[in-house]
Amino acid sequence: MEIVNANCATLSNYEVLKHLQKVKESKMKHKGQLATITYETIRYLENAPCNDQSPQNITECLKALAPYNLNKTEKLMIINTPPTTALEIQLMIEESEERLTEEQVEQILDIITRYSPHVIKDKVEENEEIE
Amino acid sequence: MFILAEMKNVTRIPPELFNLKLNEAIAGELNKKLANKVVLNVGLCIALFDIISLQESFIFPGDGASHTRVKFRYIVFRPFIEEILLGKIRSCSQEGVHVTLGFFDDILIPPSALQHPSKFNETEQAWVWEYDTGDGSKHDLFMDAGESIRFRVTAEMFNETCPMGPITMPETQENPDNKGSINEPGLGLLTWWDN
Repeated sequence: MEIVNANCATLSNYEVLKHLQKVKESKMKHKGQLATITYETIRYLENAPCNDQSPQNITECLKALAPYNLNKTEKLMIINTPPTTALEIQLMIEESEERLTEEQVEQILDIITRYSPHVIKDKVEENEEIE
Repeated sequence: MFILAEMKNVTRIPPELFNLKLNEAIAGELNKKLANKVVLNVGLCIALFDIISLQESFIFPGDGASHTRVKFRYIVFRPFIEEILLGKIRSCSQEGVHVTLGFFDDILIPPSALQHPSKFNETEQAWVWEYDTGDGSKHDLFMDAGESIRFRVTAEMFNETCPMGPITMPETQENPDNKGSINEPGLGLLTWWDN
């Protein structure tokens, strides 16, 4: 075994979930640990926000986030665990207080709400509870 | 959190797998070899992503198996430093809080990286954040097993435990030591920061 490139691409949680679901559905009999690790990883990812995402959502969200000068890992974190509060944005984005104004943080939160079904679903549930 | 690692290998296909298509047999062998293993300096291998190229197969004298050079990409779990992850508390001990992601267990938040001030409650076997409410009184926030927790990755070490074996073959081992921290506002149990 020889490692050519230990990190040739980064995957979002959504991509991993879809790939593992395909692996699980394939009719090939899985030997060794593959069945265990796919089962456990799918279980973790199904409870994560990526379960409700779609490729269109993700690409549109990334396009909308383009003007804010975020780097790749920051965008990846936003897609994997969509923040819902300004506090979470502050955690994910380094030096966010200097790089982003308060209005920009609000705009980013708006964009995330618009494109992540999971946040919208939570909001709907909240409203239902209030009613 | 997840990355693709490009690797190459000479895969041995034993004769009993000759009824399968070559790429299926190779995919099966690669998954058998790597799935759920930690590869040094790469991370925890999850599943084969795709096969990039297959070269001609060889048969060696005295062995009925075929050997094929293969280049492939593998899905690997490797959190990067500073990444924010969501997990569940597995247990608490004097050493700190042990966090699990379900498929990956070895994440430790040491006492120095907990919210300040925190102390270990021996009777409950849980870490407690003594949150200062501002009016002089303290509010105890327990970190019980099973609770969802948000933490920052501060160290990733997929180290080898036994430096043996041929150099070209990365050693695999079971217990990588990954460290996390929750000593910032917004980190810790999700319920702490719910409005």
